[in-house]
Amino acid sequence: MSLLPYLHCMSGVVGRELLRFVHQRSRFVAALVRPLVWLFVFAAGFRMALGVAMTEPYQTYILYEVYIVPGLVGMIQLFNGMQSSLSMVYDREMGSMRVLLVSPFPRWFLLVCKLLAGTFVSIVQVYVFLLIAYIYGIQAPLLGYVLVLPALIVTGFMVGALGLLLSTFVRQLENFAGIMNFVIFPMFFLSSALYPLWRIREGSYLIYQIAALNPFTYAVEMIRFALYEQLNIEAVLITLAATCVLLGLAILGYNPARGMSARKGGAGE
Amino acid sequence: MQHSVIHSDKKSFEPRIRGSKKMLKQGLQSVALATLFLTPFSAYAERIFVSNEKDNTISVIDAQSLEVIETIEVGRRPRAMAFSSDGSELFVAVGDDEAIDMIDLETLKVVRSQSSGEDPEVIRTDPNKPYIYVSNEDDNIVSVLDYEKRTHVDQIPVGVEPEGLGISPDGKWLIATTETSNMAHIIDAEKREAVYHRLVGARPRHAEFTPDGKEAWVSAEIAATVSVIDMQESFDVEHTIRFDVPGVPRETVQAVGITMTSDGRYAFVALGPSNRVAVIDQQSYEVLDYILVGQRVWHLALSADESRLYTTNGVSGDVTVIDVDGLEAIKSVPVGRFPWGVVVEP
Repeated sequence: MSLLPYLHCMSGVVGRELLRFVHQRSRFVAALVRPLVWLFVFAAGFRMALGVAMTEPYQTYILYEVYIVPGLVGMIQLFNGMQSSLSMVYDREMGSMRVLLVSPFPRWFLLVCKLLAGTFVSIVQVYVFLLIAYIYGIQAPLLGYVLVLPALIVTGFMVGALGLLLSTFVRQLENFAGIMNFVIFPMFFLSSALYPLWRIREGSYLIYQIAALNPFTYAVEMIRFALYEQLNIEAVLITLAATCVLLGLAILGYNPARGMSARKGGAGE
Repeated sequence: MQHSVIHSDKKSFEPRIRGSKKMLKQGLQSVALATLFLTPFSAYAERIFVSNEKDNTISVIDAQSLEVIETIEVGRRPRAMAFSSDGSELFVAVGDDEAIDMIDLETLKVVRSQSSGEDPEVIRTDPNKPYIYVSNEDDNIVSVLDYEKRTHVDQIPVGVEPEGLGISPDGKWLIATTETSNMAHIIDAEKREAVYHRLVGARPRHAEFTPDGKEAWVSAEIAATVSVIDMQESFDVEHTIRFDVPGVPRETVQAVGITMTSDGRYAFVALGPSNRVAVIDQQSYEVLDYILVGQRVWHLALSADESRLYTTNGVSGDVTVIDVDGLEAIKSVPVGRFPWGVVVEP
């Protein structure tokens, strides 16, 4: 098979996801309202919380609302990745994914296309959010908004791959809601999205250890450093490694011969 | 007239809504800043001196690298500093040694020390004579020292617990603030006599003349105000500037150090434990912004070209660097324990 059909397939999957996103305006608004509520309401109440210490990569003292922005960017991508997976469960049940999965394209390619589509949508949401934050007065260096793009792509793939992996365990949408609660919220709260690790450590060493093992922590730190024109190599490597592992497991999970879907009796059931 | 400045002002930043014009301006500033950093000969080829009250040292910061390049051992409890009129020496009030240590700016060593009277805290140098004015808190006087002849010239009685000192650009007027009397004592420098006494806010800490010498601004720590005194006709308080930092407890807002740009644009006031520097329009007295800096910001100094403001943050032990055009804190540099005063090499 030549490259052209692959590109055609990829543009179809990405285009479908974008169309769905554009048509579901309420989804777009909801995706933005969530982090904005955190920024304008939650962070406003804690704006003095971090004014007493410097945290890398910041060169000077910052308000809490400045600290929380990269974490909220991660939140947008986390929720979007899960939502994309939610659409996989829906598609599988309603038959559209079944059509895709029986096409001649390899499944890993179809899944990567799906991840790419979800990541692209999440990046659009992130930049709209960053623009609102900029107008509000939370302004990173201008170059940082360019440098953060690769970090957003990697993070989008990581959380998307996690969502895909989870979707292999889920047969119905009702079950997925439980996994949202047991995966998304712990992943978000037990990370450096809301508080720096040193502050979590002051509160509870156990939670600090959990947060230090959470790959989402490193995704947020990768975004934070990139936004301020710095490279956190440790965060990049850990996020990339987590992405590879999760993507590998998701591909394995969608393998009809060896995956979880086979154990459950087929993806379309 | 920077040679007589003990500490200068800065301003702080805090995120807030800004228009697209501001965004464009900041973008251009970023490019300009980047260009400056890439230019081999930097505009920031100067040294910043910071007195560390608990370490008994002076930290010397290179303005280009923004790193501490030297730490000078001085007497006990160094606080206010001032340069000699020829710029060859830095004078440091070392309170617990009751002396003024004099540092050679070539060798960065203390070369001599002059007795100052009890508990010297704030010092100013006269722009016309080789005099150092010293506030002696425990004696209720301002001492006048001749640093060339190394003699004690005079003592000027003022109110209870003098602290802040300000001197007019022409050297004609000296203002001493007394923290128990809550007064600004206006001293005729020629007669060496307090000729006017004006009530200001509670616990006045610092006095600073506007660059044109027409006004003197006096900060009050407890009142959290700056009293603006007319120095041409009435010699009265003509205006009072108040501070209200959003989201910050009122009691933590304490006005201390003041400095002003020579173009009459901005005045900066350090607001102590509120960790903010207020930015004030020198002409309208309107508070334009509050910039977040380190803990317990005490005194301020402008760079020679007035593009940067340096703040001493006592509790967090660092100096915050503020970009004056962008009104934004750009970096904080760790120094010694309890940095108190800051001066920039003339």
